[in-house]
Amino acid sequence: MRPDDRKYAQSHEWVKPDGDTMLIGITDFAVQELSNGNDSDLVYCDLPEEGRTVGAGETFGEIESVKAVSDLNSPVAGEIVEINSAIEEHLEILASDPWNQGWLVRIKPTSKSLDGLLSAEEYEKLLAASS
Amino acid sequence: MKQTTLHEVHERAGGKLIEFGGWHMPVQYGPILDEVRCVRERVGLFDLGHMGRVFFGGPDAVAFLDRLVTNWVGHIPVGSIRYAVLCREDGNALDDLLVYREEQGVYAVINASNTEADLAWMRAHTGELDVTIEDRTEATAMLALQGPCSQEVLSRVAPDCDLAGLGYYKFTRGVVCGLDTHISRTGYTGEDGFELSFPAAEAPRVWAALIAAGAPEGLRPIGLGARDVLRLEAGMALYGHELDGEHNPVEAGLGFAISFKAEKGDWIGREALAAVKAAPTKKLMGVTTPGPRIPRQGQRLFRGEEEVGYVCSGAPSPTLETNIASVYLGLDAAEPGTALEVDFKGKRQPCTVQALPFFSRTRK
Repeated sequence: MRPDDRKYAQSHEWVKPDGDTMLIGITDFAVQELSNGNDSDLVYCDLPEEGRTVGAGETFGEIESVKAVSDLNSPVAGEIVEINSAIEEHLEILASDPWNQGWLVRIKPTSKSLDGLLSAEEYEKLLAASS
Repeated sequence: MKQTTLHEVHERAGGKLIEFGGWHMPVQYGPILDEVRCVRERVGLFDLGHMGRVFFGGPDAVAFLDRLVTNWVGHIPVGSIRYAVLCREDGNALDDLLVYREEQGVYAVINASNTEADLAWMRAHTGELDVTIEDRTEATAMLALQGPCSQEVLSRVAPDCDLAGLGYYKFTRGVVCGLDTHISRTGYTGEDGFELSFPAAEAPRVWAALIAAGAPEGLRPIGLGARDVLRLEAGMALYGHELDGEHNPVEAGLGFAISFKAEKGDWIGREALAAVKAAPTKKLMGVTTPGPRIPRQGQRLFRGEEEVGYVCSGAPSPTLETNIASVYLGLDAAEPGTALEVDFKGKRQPCTVQALPFFSRTRK
């Protein structure tokens, strides 16, 4: 079971409330799909400038593997207040710990509501249905 | 989706399989760049069962191909192989292929994604010529053994073959693992190596024998991901990237595969390509970029504010230890050493023009 302290987007990002802000990352499934299980196949992660505002579902960055580039989409609207710059130099963190150390951006949301996003259970059903 | 007779073998070996040209093929078994290094330094084994394999028979087989492809087929000695391009009247490419001149007819290896369209085009252009076209793709297997240790490994399962005497871009028949096999000294990696073709049902046994024979050298199965990096390092075109219905072989730098000799006779695309040759507008070149991002197909290249070209293929190159890409450039921006920028959705990354290939084993 994936962590149930957060919500999930259909595009395989997670969002976790943390005080007044929220952390956003990508799921182990997303990492696996990008890297085909080989973390050395991840080559680059493009994160936004702090201070940028994004809408719900809007692309805030890109992650790149040897074979492909994928958009990073924000599950919620708000202002990016911090980025996890350690990721840019150490992409292997995404494979080893996507849920904690592997967060990508911290966002100050325009609304606390996470309605419309998936629970851990619903996300697992989504994965089961697509496999 | 079609499968080769090695499908189960790939799954058992932990291969990640994807759709490619209508086939379910392994893109990688382990990290792609490790697979690239394995082929450059040692030896790797590829399933190429998806590639189209066609035999042309009948008295007019050679004349027929000389009417359809860019190289001069009538001039290829029996037992030799040449690269050629299949063009439309406008000179743009329908496919690229290897042409093998056999004693009785001509054999060709074409791209999986184009096999059906190529066969339809060819059958529509036989005209008055007496030629038979036989698709052997599903009846046969095709494997490639590539890398500096290829000959040593293959010799262990083909002890009676004179592999040392088989020159580059030559082919022969010989016994491999007890099977009558079509053996060519060819590949799509820039390394020495062999491509083998034999009855499809035998592939699992031959594959296992080659894996075992190459164990001392660290032979690994190699997927299409590494194959793409290897061919790009070696400056070889991939249909759908450097060459396609919008691109012609002259501007792709494939002049060596185009014959305008009168003895070849007229062929489809000749007139258009002669015009391009007289006045080309762009040129296929390489760029290297020290930045973190890999250029991708379709991205645009700039010199200051001026757009000067676009990317065909890009990859991280473990051999050059930098990111590389093939690019089409306007002629005035194509000089090696020219400093350009690749556009990543508005963010620019510097790159430098360089001649192709990026890597040549004869020029190490």
